[in-house]
Amino acid sequence: MKPLAGTIFTRVAACLLLCFALVSASHAVIETYQFSDDALAVRYRQLSAELRCPKCQNQNIAASNAPIAQDLRKLLYKQLEAGASDEEILQYMVSRYGEFVRYRPRFGGVTLLLWLAPLVLLLGALAVVFSVVRGARNTNDAFSEQEQQQLDELLEDER
Amino acid sequence: MSRVKLFLPLLLFVILVAFLVRGLQLDPRAMPSALIDRPLPEFSLAVLGEDRIISRADVIGEVAFFNVWATWCISCRMEHPYLQQLADQGVPIFGINHKDDSAAAELWLEQLGDPYQLSIADTEGTLGLDLGVFGAPETYLVDARGIIRYRHVGVVNERIWKGVLQPLYEELRREGAP
Repeated sequence: MKPLAGTIFTRVAACLLLCFALVSASHAVIETYQFSDDALAVRYRQLSAELRCPKCQNQNIAASNAPIAQDLRKLLYKQLEAGASDEEILQYMVSRYGEFVRYRPRFGGVTLLLWLAPLVLLLGALAVVFSVVRGARNTNDAFSEQEQQQLDELLEDER
Repeated sequence: MSRVKLFLPLLLFVILVAFLVRGLQLDPRAMPSALIDRPLPEFSLAVLGEDRIISRADVIGEVAFFNVWATWCISCRMEHPYLQQLADQGVPIFGINHKDDSAAAELWLEQLGDPYQLSIADTEGTLGLDLGVFGAPETYLVDARGIIRYRHVGVVNERIWKGVLQPLYEELRREGAP
């Protein structure tokens, strides 16, 4: 009995290990950069998560292994080490690849539609709900005076 | 009035469908270049196969196409014969050899023909980066003052030339003539 339990345990352990191995493989960083300062590394992670890969449109440059994403990561690294601010780096990218390259586009211009559409739709939906609820409240289910009288008379007759 | 109201959901549905159908026809990869109506970026790079270093001033002055190509790019090989045809008709095309091995690029031009006035050896991809290139082939139309007027992403073929590039090219040439 004991040896069997042992095998099951080792099998489960092996499966778990395999799972962990797969997870770590899918998160493998394609190349690593050594930053002179830990704060730069943090900003690198933030910015590379916020910048979208122009070639592979549903990935950020941190997750993509397309050549263009590699180039942009390298550029990002160089700019961070050169002391550029977040704003300068984003401006640099946007002036080359358009507002498209940011997952969090600036507020204004063409992107106004993008920012405000959800709010407008929400307000529209609230307006619809409001008018439906009010409409339902206004329909008077109670009997009018005349109807009440008729009902009373009918009930009187019953007795 | 309430009868009209009954049709409201249908109307909304039709509008939704109209948007979805339009979405199917759009190319999600088509991205407007951020550099339209902006000057061709400054650069200082070698000419492919020569020791000469050239800059922006050496390649502007007339309406011309700038074609981003590389030997690793399969679509570039597809569009190459058509570019050659255009060059034979006298259309000025400059090559931007993007992130490529120069020796391989020279061999390619030797074997397949060279449609370019000259090819800029953008080995590190710096010019490509300034242009906002995200893959080859890309073709830029630059006017006589060195302003980028159009970008085409993908292969240039007869359909694209006749339908899009040639009309723009001829309009720009007329613009510059008087």
